[in-house]
Amino acid sequence: MPIDLIVNGTRRRLEADPQRSLLTVLREDLELTGAKYGCGEGQCGACTVLIEGQATRSCLTKLGALAGKSVTTIEGLETGGQLHPLQQAFLDAGAMQCGYCTAGMIVAGASLLRRNPDPEEPAIRKALEGNVCRCGTYTRIVAAVRAAAATGTRTTRG
Amino acid sequence: MVMADTAVTPFDMGTFGSRTTPIMAAQLRKVAAAARELLVDLAAGRWGVDRSALVAQAAAVAHPPTGRTAGYGELSKGQKLVKAIGDDVPTAPAERWTVAGQSVPKVNGREVVTGRHQYTSDMNRPGMVYGRVLRAPSVGAALVSVDTRAAAEAIGAVHAEWKPTPQPSGAELFDYLRKNPTDAQGESARSGYTAGSVESGRAAAATRLDATYTVAYIAHVPLEPRAAVAEWQDGALTVWTGTQRPFGVRTELAEAFRVPEEKVRVVVPDTGSGYGGKHTGEAAIEAARLAKAAGRPVKVAWTREEEFTWAYFRPAGVIDVKSGASPDGKLTAWEFHNYNSGASGIRTPYDVPHQKIEFHATRYPLRQGSYRGLAATANHFARESHMDELAHAIGLDPLDLRLTNLSDARLRAVLQAAAERFGWGKTKATPERGFGLACGVEKGGYVATCAEVAIARPSGEVKVTRAVTAFECGAIVNPDHLRNQVEGAVVMGLGGALFEAVQFEAGEVSNPKLSLYRVPRFSDAPLLETVLLDRKDLPSAGAGETPIVALAPAVAGALFTATGVRRRSLPLAPKGISA
Repeated sequence: MPIDLIVNGTRRRLEADPQRSLLTVLREDLELTGAKYGCGEGQCGACTVLIEGQATRSCLTKLGALAGKSVTTIEGLETGGQLHPLQQAFLDAGAMQCGYCTAGMIVAGASLLRRNPDPEEPAIRKALEGNVCRCGTYTRIVAAVRAAAATGTRTTRG
Repeated sequence: MVMADTAVTPFDMGTFGSRTTPIMAAQLRKVAAAARELLVDLAAGRWGVDRSALVAQAAAVAHPPTGRTAGYGELSKGQKLVKAIGDDVPTAPAERWTVAGQSVPKVNGREVVTGRHQYTSDMNRPGMVYGRVLRAPSVGAALVSVDTRAAAEAIGAVHAEWKPTPQPSGAELFDYLRKNPTDAQGESARSGYTAGSVESGRAAAATRLDATYTVAYIAHVPLEPRAAVAEWQDGALTVWTGTQRPFGVRTELAEAFRVPEEKVRVVVPDTGSGYGGKHTGEAAIEAARLAKAAGRPVKVAWTREEEFTWAYFRPAGVIDVKSGASPDGKLTAWEFHNYNSGASGIRTPYDVPHQKIEFHATRYPLRQGSYRGLAATANHFARESHMDELAHAIGLDPLDLRLTNLSDARLRAVLQAAAERFGWGKTKATPERGFGLACGVEKGGYVATCAEVAIARPSGEVKVTRAVTAFECGAIVNPDHLRNQVEGAVVMGLGGALFEAVQFEAGEVSNPKLSLYRVPRFSDAPLLETVLLDRKDLPSAGAGETPIVALAPAVAGALFTATGVRRRSLPLAPKGISA
């Protein structure tokens, strides 16, 4: 049975084992490698994508559970060459070192801003607690999310 | 600019030891200056003018008298410019830097925030397949039998029988290190230092202290576990892998496959961090071996559990300190023995007439290697904690005791800068809130950290709430990136200071998952304040490592002022504190 889902706004029909994780399908079948493997147990957040607008650990999500659902990855946040305000804010704040956690952080932040367009620092920390930045740029990431909220553009697709 | 590709870049040893800024950047600056002179020569030749009338800036050469200008690309026209570079190439001193010294943003930042940036684990090659490795359950276990028929299905389905060998457990770790001496090799063996006579220094002291400090094994936990893609073609091997030592890995591969190094190319795509944990070529060798057998490109990407189990760790260690001081706090004797954790930062920066400092190599139960700052964290933890203990025993403020014994002006400067920003001594500790400080010099960088800890009552949960770090590494090359490194080092350091530890039983790691091994998260990050001292008159040193070394002893000191209990083991409070 093929599985239909919408990935970054495009309908995709996938002939793949429904037991496979969304993360491996994205990375290996769809060549969307922005979401990363970090732990395989939902503890690091590097694989975060939006499913119906909600931050979700793609490493723990089976493809079979996604029929008809809408998936947005880091690659889908940029629209028409225009960075999502969070992407721009991460650049402006220098909120990265190795960059491996960055996609997951931005996607988790985008999910937060959808629910709460103007979060205070404690709400940001709480929402991102499940995302690990081993380089330790947490303070900059919080500042970036605050700055993105302040820009007032708070829509994300998905 | 091409970096970290053994086929096209000169040998640079690698990205470790805080070498990039003092060594590589200095060489690149010379290369850039020589290239600039070559381009000026080209313009002078083309226009038939005297080169002294030409100005090179903003990627172009200009001839102001005639208003002519030509971009560097236009001048070189794609031809290779070749020149031997001598020591006499004129480079600009820091006072006249225009690009260096500024906060230039990360060059590939846009690729990172859009998810387009490719790490090794993101790579794909035509015909590539994925490899997995069946591994032993514990250190030293031998394979008895294996049924590989199920391997086509999944590595987890393969049945193998292993015979374990007797191995130490975490509970006996420190005893084991003391009781299993070996001969120190290389630099560690030469790290010892003796001055005067510790016995006479101790005899002359009014206060004498003996204490032992320990540090646990900790894991680097790079967010991207080890990964490699290998491809053989006509007996030549190309491996893409996230290593800090591409040339070292090339040697490993050449030896493993008995081919000359010219037949091996190692390319390093960006790496999802290393912190000293990716010096070696495990995944590279595995991918290359499998690619050879499969006759097609193979990617091997380690799982988090493999990374936690079969990578190497920051060495555990035991450190014995004996000291003596006069009533006014002048150190008279200092004896320091480090077992296994390493010799980096083992010397004391304080003025002590009678000293004996020694590193003791030992056998060790888990695979160990480089880690951000190496043993400087352990040695600073022991030394600076002991300074605090001396201060308490004599009845002096910890800052005053340090300044009393410190003539190194650069170290005094960071210590005083940190203390001033922190407001050292202005607030009294309570059972819920404590303050500590520590300082040190390592790899050409000078650091001092003041930390504030909060202890929740009655839960005993410990949090570092504020960390002020003053850092000086000569002329600052990129202020914002330097700040980022200092902040990151402090956050990473607080994991090892408070709660990180690799647990193991009979050679088997028992917490090989992020759900079992705690790393610092958003809620752990303290208020960070960084004071950078810019010494344009001094050569630039690296900054990736040294800012980590003073955090743990500062936190230990803070916990002591709050609780009155001295904690001498890292991690200090893996489960909070009860006292």
